[in-house]
Amino acid sequence: MNIEYLLENYEEAVAMILFGIGFSNLLLQKNLIKKIIGLNIMDTATYLFLALKGYIAGRKAPVVVDGVQSVEAYINPIPSGLVLTGIVVSVSVTALMLSLTIRLYRRYHTLDLDEITTRLKKEGK
Amino acid sequence: MDFVQNFPFISIILTLFSGPLCSVLNGKQARRVNTAVIVADGILSFLVLGYVTAAGQPFVYRMGHFSAPWGNEIRVGILEAFMAGFFCVIMLLCMLGGIREREVQIEEGKQNLYYVMVNLLLCSLLALIYTNDLFTAYVFVEINTISACGLIMIRQTGRTFEAATRYMIMSLLGSGLLLLGICYLYAVTGHLLMSNIREQVRVISATGQYHISLMVALGLMSVGLAIKSALYPFHAWLPDAYGYSTLSSSAILSSLVSKGYIFLLIKIFYRVIGFDVVWESKVVNVLFVFGIAGMIMGSLSAMKESNLRRMIAYSSVAQIGYIYMGLGLATEAGSVASIYHVLSHAATKSLLFVAASGLADASGGSDRFRDITGAGLRNKLAGIAFMAGSLSMVGMPMFSGFISKLFFAQAAVGHAHKMFPTFIALAISTILNAVYFMKTVIRIYTPMQKKEGVEGEAETGRAEGRSIPIWEQPVKSAALICFIVLNLMLGLNSDPLIRLIQSGIEMFD
Repeated sequence: MNIEYLLENYEEAVAMILFGIGFSNLLLQKNLIKKIIGLNIMDTATYLFLALKGYIAGRKAPVVVDGVQSVEAYINPIPSGLVLTGIVVSVSVTALMLSLTIRLYRRYHTLDLDEITTRLKKEGK
Repeated sequence: MDFVQNFPFISIILTLFSGPLCSVLNGKQARRVNTAVIVADGILSFLVLGYVTAAGQPFVYRMGHFSAPWGNEIRVGILEAFMAGFFCVIMLLCMLGGIREREVQIEEGKQNLYYVMVNLLLCSLLALIYTNDLFTAYVFVEINTISACGLIMIRQTGRTFEAATRYMIMSLLGSGLLLLGICYLYAVTGHLLMSNIREQVRVISATGQYHISLMVALGLMSVGLAIKSALYPFHAWLPDAYGYSTLSSSAILSSLVSKGYIFLLIKIFYRVIGFDVVWESKVVNVLFVFGIAGMIMGSLSAMKESNLRRMIAYSSVAQIGYIYMGLGLATEAGSVASIYHVLSHAATKSLLFVAASGLADASGGSDRFRDITGAGLRNKLAGIAFMAGSLSMVGMPMFSGFISKLFFAQAAVGHAHKMFPTFIALAISTILNAVYFMKTVIRIYTPMQKKEGVEGEAETGRAEGRSIPIWEQPVKSAALICFIVLNLMLGLNSDPLIRLIQSGIEMFD
């Protein structure tokens, strides 16, 4: 593998590393809050990747200020739109996860999912 | 444009708006609205099916009349319309079958919220089936996840909260991978509409450019959707979620939610990446291996279970394995068998869940094995229904399970490397299915022994059984009879169905 490719596209590489960090946190952490943090890192990394794919060096955000300029003046607006949609989705699932965490904490007074599972098994219901 | 072409959009928007509507109604009104909406959707879908069959070609519905690369589209062929109609039928029967359980298990005053979730779930399923846009598919995948989570936790016990949390975590991992895969594909092809991506992929694969990126995108999307549909190593959340949520929820989750994701994956294989590219890739081999592992490990876990509903849930893991094995065969016959098994499993698994609850009713509400002894004698219809479902799962002729096993085996014949693994896995899995399902059937038809004198320790806490005549719960009985008839119809009329699936797959292109 050529290391130059990696250095040339270092933004994408960073996005992928962040995605990996978020993914493994969401999968492996025991603490529910840390899991949710992992979820947010993972989603944000995807948005970073998406935003990078829409960015064209030297161009402006596609916001009409002094009338519509030529097509060459703006970056690709579609990925920005996708990021916005993605943020909405990620906000709602984060809210849902947090509310579930509150419910579990009130019932079991712990944030450790594995401990909750063992306690449930002990209850035997 | 014919008026019928509006129907897919109307059915999606109808369910989408009836969701919020249910939140301001009381439980009973919400239930009526929900039933009406499901019936209406089913009718609309079958009308669309008739229209597409008569036209002999798929149609594209442009949302807001923006044309191809910019606008959002709905694309309907025979298979999409049939799936939508079939899902509506199954959902209606699941909702009817669980009517009494919902009244008992869902808190007073929160009944209407359940119907909000069900409506949103149906809306997202229909959108997943019909949409021609990958990013729209992603958004509806998330709506599907959220509403499915609501279905699990509406019965408020510790178990369901834990199951819902685990379900959310696994689903979010899956949708993260799916989103990343879609972003990759967008970066490589520059499109989000499935038909446009397909054209670009043809160009790319002809030149051999971006081969690795394409494979990464395909792998990410396949693994993401496989995690979400509970393929074998990712099934940890499934037994609790199916075993402890209210009856309609477990029936809907097992028969529809996971199938929606699988259908999306099939659409991605055929309509986005293109089957020629997919079948040459190594991704299908991975799905094949995990599918086979799931078939065997799911059945082994099911054998160890001492709780009826959890056993059925583990059997789901095995059946999902079958479907992925069929996709992994990488032939058209394999895909046809998989799609047929999606239908067959949806009809059978929901039947089993409803029948299991009928057996539990006759055993004092408990679904542990020691309590359901003789339950088939106490609740005759549920016993017959459970036996029909079990026979279908095991693969008895006349039932749908037999046909799908036959087609899996036929699809594997002549395959260079995958023929013998498929045969062996099918044989082992059938034996294991027979062991745990027939064990249960024998148990529910063994009269409970009346112990006299000394009460053993095992006897304490045994739930009191009582016999339930068919007419005590007429709605559930009707649902069970419909399920049995549906299963027999799938099993006995498989030829036209297979032809329909084949012509549907041709329309994908």
